[in-house]
Amino acid sequence: MTDRIADLHGVRTPHPRATVWPARVDQYLDDGLGEGDVDRWVQSACLLCSNGCGCDIAVKDGRMVGVRGRAGDVVNHGRLGPKGLYGSTPWASSPDRVTRPLVREDGRLVETDWETAMARVVERSRSSLEERGPLTHGFYTSGQLFLEEYYLQAVIGKAGIGTPHMDGDTRLCTATSAAAFKESFGADGQPGSYTDIEHCDAIFLYGHNMAETQTVLWARVLDRTRADDPPRVVCVDPRRTLVAQEAERTGGVHLRPRVGTNLALMNGLTRELFANGWVDEAWVDAHTLGRDELEETVAAYTPEHVAEICGVPADDLRRAARIFGESQAVLSTVLQGFYQSHQATAASVAVHNLHLLRGMIGRPGAGVLQMNGQPTAQNNRECGADGDLTGFRNWDNPAHVRELADAWNVDPMTIPHWSPPTHAMQIFSYAASGSIDFLWISATNPAVSMPESARIRNILSSDDCFVVVQDLFLTETAELADVVLPAAGWGEKTGCFTNVNRTVHLSEKAVDPPGEARSDYEIFLMYADLMGFTDKDGAPLVRWRRPEEAFESFCSVTRGRPIDYTGLSYEKLRGPTGIPWPVNEAHPEGTDRLYADGVFPTDTEVCETFGHDLVTGAVVTEQEHRAMRPDGRAFLKGAPYSPPHEEPSDDFPMLFTTGRTVFQFHTRTKTGRSSSLDDAAPDAWAEISPVDAERLGIDEGDWVHVTSPRGGIEVRARVGQVIEGAVFAPFHYGRWDPRGVADAEHRLANELTMTVWDPVSKQPYFKTAACRVTRLRGGDGPAPAPTTTASPATDLAPTVGGAETSSRVLDVTPAYPLDPAGGS
Amino acid sequence: MSHLATYVGLADHSEQTLASALRSVAEGHAEEADVFHTCHLLAGWSEEHRRRLAPVVERYGEEDVEEPERLHHDGLAQVRSGPVGLLRDLQELYVLGAMVETTWTVVIQGAQGLRDTDLLEVATSCSTQTARQLSWFNTRMKVAAPQALIVAR
Repeated sequence: MTDRIADLHGVRTPHPRATVWPARVDQYLDDGLGEGDVDRWVQSACLLCSNGCGCDIAVKDGRMVGVRGRAGDVVNHGRLGPKGLYGSTPWASSPDRVTRPLVREDGRLVETDWETAMARVVERSRSSLEERGPLTHGFYTSGQLFLEEYYLQAVIGKAGIGTPHMDGDTRLCTATSAAAFKESFGADGQPGSYTDIEHCDAIFLYGHNMAETQTVLWARVLDRTRADDPPRVVCVDPRRTLVAQEAERTGGVHLRPRVGTNLALMNGLTRELFANGWVDEAWVDAHTLGRDELEETVAAYTPEHVAEICGVPADDLRRAARIFGESQAVLSTVLQGFYQSHQATAASVAVHNLHLLRGMIGRPGAGVLQMNGQPTAQNNRECGADGDLTGFRNWDNPAHVRELADAWNVDPMTIPHWSPPTHAMQIFSYAASGSIDFLWISATNPAVSMPESARIRNILSSDDCFVVVQDLFLTETAELADVVLPAAGWGEKTGCFTNVNRTVHLSEKAVDPPGEARSDYEIFLMYADLMGFTDKDGAPLVRWRRPEEAFESFCSVTRGRPIDYTGLSYEKLRGPTGIPWPVNEAHPEGTDRLYADGVFPTDTEVCETFGHDLVTGAVVTEQEHRAMRPDGRAFLKGAPYSPPHEEPSDDFPMLFTTGRTVFQFHTRTKTGRSSSLDDAAPDAWAEISPVDAERLGIDEGDWVHVTSPRGGIEVRARVGQVIEGAVFAPFHYGRWDPRGVADAEHRLANELTMTVWDPVSKQPYFKTAACRVTRLRGGDGPAPAPTTTASPATDLAPTVGGAETSSRVLDVTPAYPLDPAGGS
Repeated sequence: MSHLATYVGLADHSEQTLASALRSVAEGHAEEADVFHTCHLLAGWSEEHRRRLAPVVERYGEEDVEEPERLHHDGLAQVRSGPVGLLRDLQELYVLGAMVETTWTVVIQGAQGLRDTDLLEVATSCSTQTARQLSWFNTRMKVAAPQALIVAR
C-alpha cells in the first residue's frame, strides 16, 4: 500500500531506450472499501491536470468512491498521480455543492428554481441584445468542460448571438502553446508524442516543472532517466525543482535565468547552433523559411552577453547548447515558466526554432511538447469557445468562415470575423468600461485566477454588468454573480476531452449530479431553446439534443482541417485506449506524431493564421503571407530580447513569480476538498532564497508581507531554493478554505500580478511583477509548503499522510497500437 | 545636396513627432494595458531611429524647406478619451507614421542615387520598422473599431 503524498511518482519501472514503457495500475478507493465492494467501474479519463490519463471511476451505491488507471491506455499505461488518485471523487459528495439555482435579491444570493433563474438570464440577455446588439455579450469559460459543451457554446456564441467576445481561462494557461504552434507551423496541434520520451537522448524542459505539473509524465521520464541508458535532462527554471535535480543527476545542466529573461537565453542557445555549425542546412533549406533573418536576430546574443542579461554562466549556456547540438533526438517541453512570463510567444517559438534548425521534428524522440495547463484546454481551442475559430480555422480567411456558416446554416456575416476573437483580458476590460454588460462564466474562478484580482472583483461586482456563473460550488467568483447555476461535474455527465498530446478520451456518466444540478451542456441547450436561436431557414440553430450528436456535428466540421476527428465516434472511443487525432480514413487508428513528412499546414489557403509580428502582435496580412509563399514550409521566427514591463526598483526591489504546487489545482475547487491533498498543502506561502532571508531577517515559517504596486499578501515564508532576488508564491489559494482558516483573506497571489499580456498569444504575464518583502512576526512552525516538491527546506520532515493507494506493475505490457516501440 | 538634407531633416522631425505622439497616446489611454505598453515600445523605436540618423544629419546638415507646409502635422496636441477617442488617436498615429514612412522612402531613393551605403542601411531598416508600427496601428484599430462604434458607452 502506498502513500502517494509521500511518494509522488510511485514505484519506478526503468526500461531501456526505444522499448515500451511498462504498465502499472494505480488505484484508490475510499477508506474501508475493497475492490469487491465496487458496484461498477465506469470509463473516463482524469481531469486534474493536462496529462489526460485514462481511468475508470469506481461507483458504489450511486456514489463515486475511487479511481483506477487504465493499463491499456496510451497516455498513462495505467498510472495515476496524487491529484488524480486523491482528488478525482471526494468533491462530488462534498456537502457544500451548489444544488439549486441562486439569484441575487436585495444584494444577496437566494435559492430559487431553474425556471426563475433561467428567466432572469434570458430576460437580461434578450433586452441587452435588443438594445445594443451582440457585442454586449461575453462568455468566459474553462479548461475543464467537455468538447461537446465547448462546441455547443461556440455555436451559440458565434452563430446564435454573433459575438466575438468568447474566451476561456485557457487563455491564462495555454494560449501561448496554441499561438506558438500557429506562428511556427501554421496551425495549432502538438507535433510530438509522449512516446518521444522513450526514444530521445536528451530532454529539455523550458519553464516546466513537470515533476509537479504532470506527475505521471514525469514518472515516464524517470523510468528513462533511472534506466541504464538515460537521456540527459536540461532544465530552465529559476527554482531548483525536482527537474533541476534530475538535470544534475543525468549529466545535463540546470539553467537559472533571471525572471523575465527567457528570450535572451533562447537567443543565446539559437546563436550557439549557428556558431558551432550544428544546423542541418539541407533540411532547413527544404522545410523552413526565415533562416538568415533568424541568424541575424540572434547574432548579438553571445554566451557572455546572455550571462549579463540572464545571470546564467556562459559555460552553462554553452554546455546546454552542445547537448542540443550534438544529440540525435531531443524532446523539448514548455510550460508556464515561458507562457506566463515576458515575451512568451517569442520564447516558445524559439524552442521550435531550435528543433527546426536541427531537423528534429516528426520522428520518434525528436519532439516538441508545448504543454497545456488544463486538461481540456485543447478542446476549447479545437471547438472555438475561446479565441479561436472552430476546427482550427482562420478568422481572416473568408473561405474558412464560409465553411462554418454552411455547416451551421447561417449567414457568414453572423459569425464575427473582422478581427481575432476577443481575448479574456480584453473581455474583462470591455466589462469594466460597460460595453459588455452580460457576462457568462462557466466552470472557472477568475476572481482568484486572473491577474490584479482587486480589479477583477470590482468588475464582477459592478451593477453595470450582469454576471451569470455556473459551477459546482459557490466560488469566490460565484459569490459576486447575479445568477448562479448549479452544474454537474466530471463523472456526473458524458462527453469527450482531448489531452495536450491530441489524445481523445470519452468520459461516461457514472452517477447522477446532486440536487437539481445539470450539466453545462444541458444548461447551454436550455438557454439556446429559450432564446429561440434559429438558422437562416428559421429552423432551430441547435438541432441536436444528446452530447453524442454534438460530438458527431463537431467531427463533421473538422473534415479537411489539420485537426480531423471524422474517424472518431463514441463507439470507437469505448475501446481500451484514448486515440490521438487526426483520425480519418487515412489514419483510422489515429496519429502518434504530426509532420513526419516535414510538410506543415502553412499554405495560405490552409493555415490557421497568417501570423503576427512577435514583438508588437500586429497581424500579417493575407497578401504578405501569400508573398512569402510558405508552401508547407515551417517559419523560423525570431525577436530581440526586451526588458520586462516592471523591473525591480528601490521601492519594490525583488521579482515576484507565481506557480503551482503538485497537490493543488485550479483554485482548489476540487483538490481543496480532498483531505489527503489539502493536508499536504493547506495554505499559501512565499518562498525566498536563503541569502534574501538572511538579509531581511526572515526565518523559516515567519509571517511576511509581500507587496507589489497593486496589492499584497500576508503568508508564511519558506526559505527555499528560488533564485536570489526572486519571490515565489503558489497561485491556487483564494479566500475559500475547507477549514475556514483565519488568514485566508490575505493569501491571493494575484493581488500582486500585473494587467499585462503577451502581444501575440494575449496570455497574461503572471511572472513579471516587482515586489518587496517585509517580516511581520514570527510563525509557530515551518511554512505550510510541502517539502517533497520544489519547495524543500532543510531540517524538515518530508511531507507524508496520504490515504492508502495500491499500485500493481503488470507482468505483461499491453499493446499500444501507435507506439513506435510496439508492445506485446 | 540641399534637398536630401531637407528630407533628412524631415525624417528626423517626423520621427520626433511620432515618438512624442506615441508617448502621449500611451499615457492618455493607460487603462488599455496593451496600448500603454506597445505605444511606449514603439516610441522607443522612433527615438532609436533618430539616434541612428544623427551621424547622417551631421554629414548632410538638416535644412528646413522653403516651401509652405500644406499638411500640418504637429503631432497630437491633445489625446482624446474613451474608446472612440482611442480609435481617433490610433488613426492619427497612422497618419503620422505614414508621413514617416514616405519620408524614409524618399531618403532611400536619395541614398541609392548617391550610393551612400551607410544612409541606405539606416533608412532601409528604419523604414522596415516604421512599416511594423503602421501594421500595429492598423491591427489595433481593427480590433477596437466595432466595439467603439457600436456599443461603447
